Amino acid sequence: MSALADPTRRGILARLCDGRATVSELAGPFDISLPAISRHLKVLERAGLIERERDAQWRPCVLNPEPLRELADWLERYRELWEANFQQLDALLGRLQATSDATAERDPGATGRAVDKQDPQSGTRLS
Amino acid sequence: MSNPLTIEARGELEIVITRAFGAPRRLVFDAWTKPELIQQWLGVRGGWTMPVCEVDLRVGGSYRFEWEKGDQRMVMTGEFVELDPPGRMVTTERFEDPWYPGVGLNTYVLEERADATTCMITTRYETKEIRDGVLASPMETGLQESYARLDENLVEIMSHES
Repeated sequence: MSALADPTRRGILARLCDGRATVSELAGPFDISLPAISRHLKVLERAGLIERERDAQWRPCVLNPEPLRELADWLERYRELWEANFQQLDALLGRLQATSDATAERDPGATGRAVDKQDPQSGTRLS
Repeated sequence: MSNPLTIEARGELEIVITRAFGAPRRLVFDAWTKPELIQQWLGVRGGWTMPVCEVDLRVGGSYRFEWEKGDQRMVMTGEFVELDPPGRMVTTERFEDPWYPGVGLNTYVLEERADATTCMITTRYETKEIRDGVLASPMETGLQESYARLDENLVEIMSHES
């Protein structure tokens, strides 16, 4: 079970990003019953993603942004790590292609793609 | 302008990273498997270097990557489970002093189209808890099951929220 896997629950979270809302306000955009909405809210509440206000009569729902923020921060770091790796790989691939192009120019008799012939023992250095 | 990178959770055990590169896949495959090329890009930034990069590129062969920065050190090892260059490779990975428990299984699929190569790396973790832990490292254990599936909606939600 995943609190975020369901589109209705994501819709509820998106709505709560704009501020607190009652159950009937949250149900508005969805073509489902109030009890069904309540079940979704329980899932989100158990997951710590929302809280119900105790004092107010209608117990409006509010977003608890911290878990989402921590998750997004972490995903962002993970993404930055790979983004940095891949930008270095882009640069390396650019250098390799420039080198093999230059090699092909010096050797006009060469056939086939320069990159395919640059090392026929590709990847077997230590094997 | 670099090509877009996507990172997503799939099913209960996997994380999928997808990225295109403007090069033939033979070259991209080499960059993932030849030590003298790996050392030029993988994890080497912000002062980190990879002084040790050993690759025995055959099914059942092993590899060992060691990164260094000052007196910090990180070691990743694994084996080649499947090899079908330049389109497919499956490896295991394990970290010394691990940041996640157990062994990850990486499947690399490289597809070439119109001089660009799309690289899809799927890492399969041993349990859902480990996968969710990798996705949600700093979070409380009790919350992890909530994040089994992530998508762009979540990032959207965050950008609205903040």
